Amino acid sequence: MARAKPKSDALEPRLAALRFDESGWQAAARSDALARLTAIGLPGRRDEYWRYTDPSLLNAAQITPTAPLANDAEVFAKIEALKIVFVDGVFDAERSDPLGMEGVSIEPLSAATGDIHWARDLYGVLEARGQNPVARPLAAMNTAFATEGCLIRVTGHPLKPISIVYISESMASDVILHHCIKVESAAEVTVLESGQAAGRLNGVMEVELADGARFHHIRAQGRDAARLEVTHLFARIGKDANFKSFTMSGNGRLTRNEAVLELLGDDSSAHVAGTALGDGAFHHDDTVFITHAAERCESRQVFKKVLKNGAVGVFQGKILVKQGAQKTDGYQISQALLLDGDSQFLAKPELEIYADDVKCSHGSTSGAIDETALFYLRSRGVPLAKAQALLVLSFLAEAIGEIEDEALAAAVQARLEDWLHGDAA
Amino acid sequence: MSDVEVEVRDGVDRETIETVAAMSGSYKHGWSTEIEMDYAPKGVSEEIVRLISAKNNEPEWMLEWRLAAYKRWLQMEEPDWAMLNYPEIDYQDQYYYATPKSMAVKPKSLDEVDPKLLATYAKLGIPLKEQMLLAGVEGAEEMGERRVAVDAVFDSVSLGTTFKAELAKAGVIFCSISEAIKDHPDLVKQYLGSVVPQSDNFFATLNSAVFSDGSFVYIPKGTRCPMELSTYFRINAENTGQFERTLIIADEGAYVSYLEGCTAPKRDTNQLHAAVVELVILKDAEVKYSTVQNWYPGDENGVGGIYNFVTKRADCRGDRAKVMWTQVETGSAITWKYPSCILRGDDSQGEFYSIAIANNAQQADTGTKMIHLGKRTKSRIVSKGISAGRAQNTYRGLVSMHPKAVDSRNYTQCDSLLIGDKCGAHTVPYIEVKNNSSRVEHEATTSKVDDDQLFYCRSRGMDEEEAVALVVNGFCKEVLQALPMEFAMEAQSLVAISLEGSVG
Repeated sequence: MARAKPKSDALEPRLAALRFDESGWQAAARSDALARLTAIGLPGRRDEYWRYTDPSLLNAAQITPTAPLANDAEVFAKIEALKIVFVDGVFDAERSDPLGMEGVSIEPLSAATGDIHWARDLYGVLEARGQNPVARPLAAMNTAFATEGCLIRVTGHPLKPISIVYISESMASDVILHHCIKVESAAEVTVLESGQAAGRLNGVMEVELADGARFHHIRAQGRDAARLEVTHLFARIGKDANFKSFTMSGNGRLTRNEAVLELLGDDSSAHVAGTALGDGAFHHDDTVFITHAAERCESRQVFKKVLKNGAVGVFQGKILVKQGAQKTDGYQISQALLLDGDSQFLAKPELEIYADDVKCSHGSTSGAIDETALFYLRSRGVPLAKAQALLVLSFLAEAIGEIEDEALAAAVQARLEDWLHGDAA
Repeated sequence: MSDVEVEVRDGVDRETIETVAAMSGSYKHGWSTEIEMDYAPKGVSEEIVRLISAKNNEPEWMLEWRLAAYKRWLQMEEPDWAMLNYPEIDYQDQYYYATPKSMAVKPKSLDEVDPKLLATYAKLGIPLKEQMLLAGVEGAEEMGERRVAVDAVFDSVSLGTTFKAELAKAGVIFCSISEAIKDHPDLVKQYLGSVVPQSDNFFATLNSAVFSDGSFVYIPKGTRCPMELSTYFRINAENTGQFERTLIIADEGAYVSYLEGCTAPKRDTNQLHAAVVELVILKDAEVKYSTVQNWYPGDENGVGGIYNFVTKRADCRGDRAKVMWTQVETGSAITWKYPSCILRGDDSQGEFYSIAIANNAQQADTGTKMIHLGKRTKSRIVSKGISAGRAQNTYRGLVSMHPKAVDSRNYTQCDSLLIGDKCGAHTVPYIEVKNNSSRVEHEATTSKVDDDQLFYCRSRGMDEEEAVALVVNGFCKEVLQALPMEFAMEAQSLVAISLEGSVG
């Protein structure tokens, strides 16, 4: 069947603003991705997958910054880690740590030249797989045009987490970053991401977990009112492997975080969680697609959003259990706390199940702060704003609980408290 | 009836077990009535629309209305978002109007109707004689005054309506929609298409152009309808689509409980059924609408069966209006159906209880929409989907809280049960909350028939099929309890029927 014509006329001007690089080991992946993008077209408001989020700011040929950027203090500053710094999408060797560490090889994408590279089996490969059954054109655009990112290959147990730090110095920076992470059999790594990457970021992370591998990912998206961001996290998860990803988002004009995870080996697990605090002109969309294609796998999705002053929170989550993926245990919860009458929560928590011996549940709730709990705290002498902040933190607790490492959980918790009490003050 | 000695578990009564034991193995209503029919030529066109209108002796305004819908339909595309796979429907390859020859001159009362047609309904257990009680409902005698008025629709025409005179005494109008268009044009003009507009969706628009008959109900102000009303739809003719239109108006403070049943003969070609049901519920009024949908589902290989595309919507226009949809969906090869509630009046309430059972090659994509517009509106959704064989069963629902719908509530529970490893169960809920004083809760689970429960039943001497039926009945109890008593037996039997042969 002929594919539908691009639904948006924005593709041509968007492509005109980008430079296509035909050299190097990624050449084939790039031209395939460009062909995919041209066939699919940019997302449009009438696409079912973009029902709740208007992609036009992400599609636009140019960005028009509305406010100066404000870089947050580094969330993981106190965590001992190997730091890789990107300034407006360009690798900054000076501000980064030396890239050598035992059990892992790290390389910026821009430095990986030549015709042969291990990442050739990964770059654009998971993204291409992730185009079915739902098209993700902005990810294909990323593969086609990304010139920078990290290539990380983990073979052992590095002593420190790898911390990718983004700094943005130009309001008008429009950046495409593509990371590839391969965790070999029984290896393990923790990857942190933090900071304001650019005025507009299109980020892709492809993660391959071999049998018995473990991958932990914690991301703190900057707290900047003008931020535009679309990210795709693709993962292929092998037998007995363990994947965990947590994202904390502060303000941001428009954020769309997609996670496309495939459980391909028996007895593996995938957890994705997130907290989003939105105030005012804020649109935050978590879109998750987890495929169970093996037996006895476990998946969890835990997403919490706190919204006020007209902020909009979106959750689209899906658990697909393929035929034969028996003994699957799937769990999904999406909850919104609406602090005033102007905010909105739009959710589509889906299940698609083709195996009979499975346990899948999903829940979604939305409502105001619990007046009884608020009254109780106030009757104990806690001021209103502080009481609200406490209740918000307790609402977020289940999602933060998904972070295994205590020091990292504490760093996230501390930042959330800063934000909330800052608001309360 | 076999005498099964079982320890009765909590929540499952003996009657259920006995009914299950007594069930036979296949679709019971698959026979057809040999009768001479009048067909309009195959296909749909402006001429056919005019012909249907002329056959019903409709006034000019009704014809205009139909033609407007038909023009609109020509520009529409068939929706493809549902999780349903079926070969392309050739809309020109079926009859849009079929009526028994004996109905050419409309009989004045049911006594004049061709006995063959009456026998059809008798065989289905539908009482068309006013003194008769509903067949098959034990204990109905003790209920004394419980009677049900029936409108019997056979292919494209209504055969007649019982208890008309008695209902008229109470001011209730219960007749076929074709009669209503002639006898109560003001009411029809005012309300027809006011809930489901002509151009609402592809199937509803087709229905607006070619509907041939259906039921019309008007309950006047402050009236509690003295008996339950029901319509029984029977598709009999081959290659014939059924397009019925039901319009129910409950004026201020009125109450009515309405039942709908349907069956069709076994045919190896697919037949189209595209109905529209509109409920208008004014201030303080209440409507209960219950359906047992048992169209022919096709055989075990997916040959034949009804394609069921239905648009049902209730508009709670006044404050404190209430609507309750209850549906048991067991038939049809394809089901596409989302009975909805528009909660416009303040403090209005909508409820949706559904059991959808899909076996063999059946596919069901069904659910509800709760649109909260008024203040302090409440809705509740309980949906149970059961898949067996190679069937696919999807719950699709929308809960929408508009900014002005302050202090509203919704509770949704949708559970799926899978029997066998070749079937599918899917949940596609949409939740849109645009104010913070409303609470929305959605829960869904998917599981298989519990081994422990099965083992327990079997250890008490039940065979495997009986045990599965029993467990499933427990799973469905919440919905079955919401059905009127007339349907309780039928519904429980249906649950058992559809699962026959699915174990293993």
